[in-house]
Amino acid sequence: SSTLVIAEPSSSSSELSPATLAAITAASCFSHPISLLAFSPPSAVPSSVSTVLTVDSENNDNKGTSMLAETVSNAVVKANQEHGYSHVVCAGTKFGANYLGRVGALLGVSPVSDVVEVISEDTFLRPLYAGNALAKVISNDSPKLISIRPTSFEKSTPDNTSPTLTPLSQVPSNNLTSWLHESVSSSERPDLSSASVVISGGRGMKSGENFALLEKLADKLGGAVGASRAAVDAGFVPNEYQVGQTGKVVAPNLYIAVGISGAIQHLSGMKDSKTIVAINKDGEAPIFSVADYGLVADLFEAVPELTEKV
Amino acid sequence: MKILVPIKRVIDYAIKIRVDPSKGAHAVQTANVKMSMNPFCEIAVEEAIRIKDANKNKEDEIVAVSIGPKQCSETIRTALAMGADRGIHIETKPDVRGDYIDLQPWGIAKLLKGVVGREENVDLVLLGKQSIDSDCGQTGPLLAGFLNAPQATFASKVTKEDDGSFVVERETDGGTETIKLLPSDGPAVITCDLRLNTPRYPTMPNIMKAKKKPVETISLEDMVKELGLDLDDVLKPHNQVVEVYEPPPRKEGEFVGSVDELVAKLKEKGVIG
Repeated sequence: SSTLVIAEPSSSSSELSPATLAAITAASCFSHPISLLAFSPPSAVPSSVSTVLTVDSENNDNKGTSMLAETVSNAVVKANQEHGYSHVVCAGTKFGANYLGRVGALLGVSPVSDVVEVISEDTFLRPLYAGNALAKVISNDSPKLISIRPTSFEKSTPDNTSPTLTPLSQVPSNNLTSWLHESVSSSERPDLSSASVVISGGRGMKSGENFALLEKLADKLGGAVGASRAAVDAGFVPNEYQVGQTGKVVAPNLYIAVGISGAIQHLSGMKDSKTIVAINKDGEAPIFSVADYGLVADLFEAVPELTEKV
Repeated sequence: MKILVPIKRVIDYAIKIRVDPSKGAHAVQTANVKMSMNPFCEIAVEEAIRIKDANKNKEDEIVAVSIGPKQCSETIRTALAMGADRGIHIETKPDVRGDYIDLQPWGIAKLLKGVVGREENVDLVLLGKQSIDSDCGQTGPLLAGFLNAPQATFASKVTKEDDGSFVVERETDGGTETIKLLPSDGPAVITCDLRLNTPRYPTMPNIMKAKKKPVETISLEDMVKELGLDLDDVLKPHNQVVEVYEPPPRKEGEFVGSVDELVAKLKEKGVIG
């Protein structure tokens, strides 16, 4: 038995992304040798990784952070043909979710999405209804094809600085789609999905301009800025800020919810955060039911004061 | 141009689900709960209508497909009232659960592949990026894989080109990217994300008109037979759900009286320096 982990694109092409390092931790639960499929050769990998498979440049439409689902799927199928894995693991990011189903169809196996706990070789825990229920699931297919929720697994340490690279040759080329261009957010702040501190604003922020208050606090704490769906729907901030069932699921060390009442779909996206602070002028707001520390106050006074005092 | 839009009936997104742990895999209670069209499926229906309107060809047709119990016919009527032309309801027995417990994306995608073949000349399949009950996000990419079709997930902008290709801006982890789905023998498969559009509310006259639009109802068993599929492969979950339960509640928090007290508590807990 052996496990294949598919690497995510990374902001630095030679470093493995945090989501990939979490996927390697999840793959280690199977206690089998781990191969890593990478589209750009990593300079260091965790010592649990025994082989690094790299994809030929001629079959590699890797431009910036982009790789098409068809290209990734063809490479995974080829790797599995050559090596026959018992488990195939990827990160449950947008990148992973893009090809997970396609790979399943090509391998003839039904994938398990967003695993939050590996219980055994074939049994996994995954959320339903945006995490309001958890399902224990037995996969009857082979290989077991799973995506893991990156925030549910520790990141492994890339301590092997001279991994052996094995090229994967003759991957069928993708003639179904072509890549045109990308638009990458150029924020100085950390990425919302992986930030250790997240400050989110809701409809109580009253306008997009007022999010500057949250940015100041975020910059002081080295955090990212997020928003509730209500704030996105009101047009205050773009959708990539959205935390929730229909946006990003985050689990930082510290989550500060400002002017957010706490609709179910928002709570689903942040309730696994380690420490939650809620600031809202309505003491009855549902957000307080998940908060470790609740402050009933006018956010326009409390947030600047907090920014000054942290 | 023919656009197929698979739609799913789910527990309404604003409802807090009830979980009864004594019911094993059937713990999530679905009786007497408000059900609606999955919000991402509404976006798919809306986008199909916009693409059809922009294409200005009277021959164009939008076919809404739903797989599930009797009540899915209401979900199909909603899609027809929004502007879809025709419906196909693949009806399951009342006790078959669509929220991952029985029917799973694998079986749904197998059926949809069959429907694509049965319909002939489908140019585009538009789906939601995920359903809000099982949250798998697999049906679109599975279908694309089964069809060996070009795919785009998490679409935030879709444009049909004159050569039959679709240019799609899609959301990525770091922003967006724009890709082209090249013309192929089969349809293109696109899954819709939140930013793509804002679905319309059906108007009263359109709700009345929708009652006259054709809907074909066929049992799942008959459809499986007609398509030459294996009933077990479609209906028996590849991923067997053995237990469903609520996550443990968070430890009860406390109210603080001032920003100073908040800062003190956070420092004490070591959350901030």
